[in-house]
Amino acid sequence: MAFFHKIADEARGRLEHLGGNVTAVVWRLGFASRFLAYMFMHSGTALRRFRLTMAEIYFTGVLSLVIILVSGLFVGMVLALQGYETLQRFGASESLGVLVALSLVRELGPVVAGLLFASRAGSAITAEIGLMKATEQLSAMEMMAVDPVARVVAPRFWGGVISMPLLAALFSGMGIFGGYLVGVQLIGVDPGAFWSQMQAAVDVRSDIFNGVIKSVVFGVAVSWIAVFEGFDAVPTAEGVSRATTRTVVTSSLAILALDFVLTALMFTGGNGG
Amino acid sequence: MPGAPIVEIDDVWFGYDAGRPVLRDIHLAIPRGAVVGIMGQSGCGKTTLLRIIAAQQLPTRGTARILGRPTRELDRDGLFAMRRKMGMLYQFGALFTDLSVFENVAFPLREHADLSEDLVHDLVMMKLEAVGLRGAAHLMPTELSGGMGRRVALARSIALDPQLILYDEPFTGLDPISFGVISRLIRQLNDLLGATSIIVTHDVQEALGVVDYVYFMAEGRVIAQGTPRDIRASSEPFVNQFVNGSSEGPVPFHYPAPEYGADLALAG
Repeated sequence: MAFFHKIADEARGRLEHLGGNVTAVVWRLGFASRFLAYMFMHSGTALRRFRLTMAEIYFTGVLSLVIILVSGLFVGMVLALQGYETLQRFGASESLGVLVALSLVRELGPVVAGLLFASRAGSAITAEIGLMKATEQLSAMEMMAVDPVARVVAPRFWGGVISMPLLAALFSGMGIFGGYLVGVQLIGVDPGAFWSQMQAAVDVRSDIFNGVIKSVVFGVAVSWIAVFEGFDAVPTAEGVSRATTRTVVTSSLAILALDFVLTALMFTGGNGG
Repeated sequence: MPGAPIVEIDDVWFGYDAGRPVLRDIHLAIPRGAVVGIMGQSGCGKTTLLRIIAAQQLPTRGTARILGRPTRELDRDGLFAMRRKMGMLYQFGALFTDLSVFENVAFPLREHADLSEDLVHDLVMMKLEAVGLRGAAHLMPTELSGGMGRRVALARSIALDPQLILYDEPFTGLDPISFGVISRLIRQLNDLLGATSIIVTHDVQEALGVVDYVYFMAEGRVIAQGTPRDIRASSEPFVNQFVNGSSEGPVPFHYPAPEYGADLALAG
């Protein structure tokens, strides 16, 4: 009898622990949502004094250009090499341009640019806001009757949201150029076929527009996670370090999960119809 | 202490957790124009009391009436309107590290006043001149010493000519020269601006040379108050121990622990 009681107690303990974890996640999600709503309501400063947002676009966008462009170039080059290898078996090597462009515009551009954006800019945003909190700069701002959410958080959020689709577009453009270099210049695919098939197969609405929507959604997700983690960081060196790590991990998982959901909605729905 | 109170704390209790009060039964009345010290050892609740005065925390019980308005009744706009009349100097300055000295001092002016660039320049230079750092306007906060950083933060906190200036441990980590400079500036700026200053500190000897009135705190309560002369002459054992920096007195040297012999496994 005592044995069953012990097992029941242990099971209850584990269930309580699990319940506690689930409640904590739901509570945090709710807190983050309220934070996002508050930030939307106090985004007037970021939009009225647009130079604040411009500075953040420079910080998150322009300073991420090198990693985005170089990565895009190499991803496009690898795609062309791998794609040509497969396509030539079926005598369809002329379609290399289509393969490279669709892969980049629909998937790799938004997703890889999003992952790079989370690692390069998202982590920096979290660390900066977290350190401002740890050194009482946010508190000092509040005491000067300046709302740190309006003055510090909102410009960084909108800067990220604006930068992300532009970076994804540049990533895709650079990737296509990389594919051209390898496919046409190195391997010798006919340039006319490369470009004309790409032009004929890539649709503005179902491919490019959907890719842009993805990158905007990823931009909102990464920027939201980055500013929230920074603002909510425990104000110590260890706390800021943990928050920065959480930003990269959570953003990356969010991008991959959202990509699946968006792809299912956009492309599966289109095929079904 | 003549004049009507600018800060009134009436029967204030506060706790971060229910059932564990950090502040208990606090009564303060600080008149306009005074420089008042709130002193006590670390953890006695003095910084929490400063946060109550700054309306960063609301009392669990009782009323904090600052600049004539109970903080509990303030909405976001009311709170910000009140804070425009306040300045606060943080323990380590809390300067914005991405802005130069000039831009740090200009920050409140740019945020709250629609002034021409020429006027902002002149006002910032006047504030920096008041703390003796006009020549450091172009430097970044990382290029300043601790004392200089504290003076820049002081210039920033008086940028809008506040009625009430709060100081959170303004002397921590300063060399003796900077110590003297900051304490003289606190007094001079208070009298020059016609402001009221509240200094939270445990640097008793220096602070007693600057303030008009002192509240002594221990374990969340005000246990003694009076002018610096009263405090120096106080017979209250805790105040005596604190003012003289003695290890003997009501505050024990040892943290509560089991018998020494038991810890060294000497018993039995």
